[in-house]
Amino acid sequence: MTALISVIVIVVIAMVGVYISWRAGRLDRLHARLEAARFALDAALLRRSSTALELASSGLLDPATSVLLAGAAHDARSAEPARELAESDLTRALRAVFSQPDFRALLAGREGAEELLSELESASHQVFLARKFYNDAVAATQVARQRWLVRIFRLAGRAPFPEFFEIDDSLVPADEAAGRGADLPHLTG
Amino acid sequence: MRVGLVCPYTWEVPGGVREHVSGLAEALLDMGHEVSVIAPADDDAILPPYVVPAGRAVPVPYNGSIARLSFGFLSASRVRRWLKDGDFDVLHVHEPAAPSLSLLACWVADGPIVATLHAAMPRSRALHAAQPILASALEKISGRIAVAEAARNTLVEHLGGDAVLIPNGVHVSRYEKAEPLPGFPGTGGTLGFLGRMDEPRKGLDILLAAFTMMADERPGLRLLIAGRGDTGEVLDQVPAPLRDRVVLLGQVSDADRIRMLHSVDVFCAPNTGGESFGYVLVEAMASGAPIVASDLEAFRQVLRGGEAGELFETGNAATLAEAAGRLLDDPGRRATLAAAASIAVREFDWSVVARDVVRVYQAVAPAAGRVAVAL
Repeated sequence: MTALISVIVIVVIAMVGVYISWRAGRLDRLHARLEAARFALDAALLRRSSTALELASSGLLDPATSVLLAGAAHDARSAEPARELAESDLTRALRAVFSQPDFRALLAGREGAEELLSELESASHQVFLARKFYNDAVAATQVARQRWLVRIFRLAGRAPFPEFFEIDDSLVPADEAAGRGADLPHLTG
Repeated sequence: MRVGLVCPYTWEVPGGVREHVSGLAEALLDMGHEVSVIAPADDDAILPPYVVPAGRAVPVPYNGSIARLSFGFLSASRVRRWLKDGDFDVLHVHEPAAPSLSLLACWVADGPIVATLHAAMPRSRALHAAQPILASALEKISGRIAVAEAARNTLVEHLGGDAVLIPNGVHVSRYEKAEPLPGFPGTGGTLGFLGRMDEPRKGLDILLAAFTMMADERPGLRLLIAGRGDTGEVLDQVPAPLRDRVVLLGQVSDADRIRMLHSVDVFCAPNTGGESFGYVLVEAMASGAPIVASDLEAFRQVLRGGEAGELFETGNAATLAEAAGRLLDDPGRRATLAAAASIAVREFDWSVVARDVVRVYQAVAPAAGRVAVAL
């Protein structure tokens, strides 16, 4: 009888162990996904600010617009503690620059202009996507880490609790975007 | 002379640079010069006759806050047209490193260009990033003016070159006489403050702390505050029983600003820094208000080392309370300070300041010909 109970206990413990390690593995995968998403987001932001800086120093724009863009791009790259704010400011600067009347028409035909503008447009789109996927990973990880099993057995180890990355990354003003019913950013309408 | 002035910030929102440009323009007109100002403003905005609108300003993040600026090719072509129509002897741009009309004017113009630098720019790294872009436009400037030492340092450190120091001006005569606000200054003593309530560098919290220290011993003492900001946040910093002795005027008209300065026994300037030039101090001096100010370098200079106003240790509410209390108890000392201030302030009158500016024009103009459109 006792032998049977012992076997049952051992089996249960083993099953619990397997289950916990399976949950730990899932959480680990979530953290890996989060890290990859963070990496992609960093890369997208860096690409966007570099391209903005490149446009600013290309000589294609007037100096006022160039200084505005260069300042915003530089701040976005170097503002570590207040990065979300600085990246949002870069978005607003880009929005102001691209929404000048006839902006594209005035640059049309100038050497390198089309390439730089579409590069910047695609970089901005990349930021939008990367941030969406990153925040998605953050949400999933947050939910997983709040489960009692994860908290009791400290399955997350020392990994910091993930935070959303909240910036303004829409290149059309909020009211216009709503009117269009699209959530993808566009530099020019 | 025919003078073209360029203001980079929108004409429709009051601000230091715009006040400066309008003061200078009016002083130059009084001296018999011909003046035209171009500034960001709506085409249908109501403007003084000497101002030409450059089109609506766009709000953009710049230098840590949202500024209303004009940039882009269309703004540049408005500047070009203004330059052609104006046929100026000298072009005088203000704050040429700001991404707006002044920089565009340097870009499209050739000939005698004078520039005035107003602000100290603490965010120098962003400026550094823009330096190569700025360089080609800014190297056309043949005479540079800084309104204060801090602005000059920005120039020397980040943009290269040097500048002559010509302070900001005030129309002293407009401040000399005004009717105090009803019920002021009263008999129990009134302290005054002028400036943004929600801008920490203006130091209102230090004055509120000092007022709280003084209020128990002086049951009639009141505090009169004029400026933008959240009134609730200000009153929260004062114990409840004292709140009805703090009078908040909010943002006031130019006329009420002067009346407010005539309504106080002691004017306090508790700024903690960032002030390139103590414009409020000069206004208070012109109004004949006895002054207690923090001992910032710029304030010390304007107040002649304490001769034209008391100085207290910057950021220290207790020393502010002590200095203000001493003045409230000594009408003789208040009169002496006010008299010294009204003499010291003459060097900041626009008639004097504008004459110095014209000297710079004269130094630059003959050698460089007329202002022409380069691009």
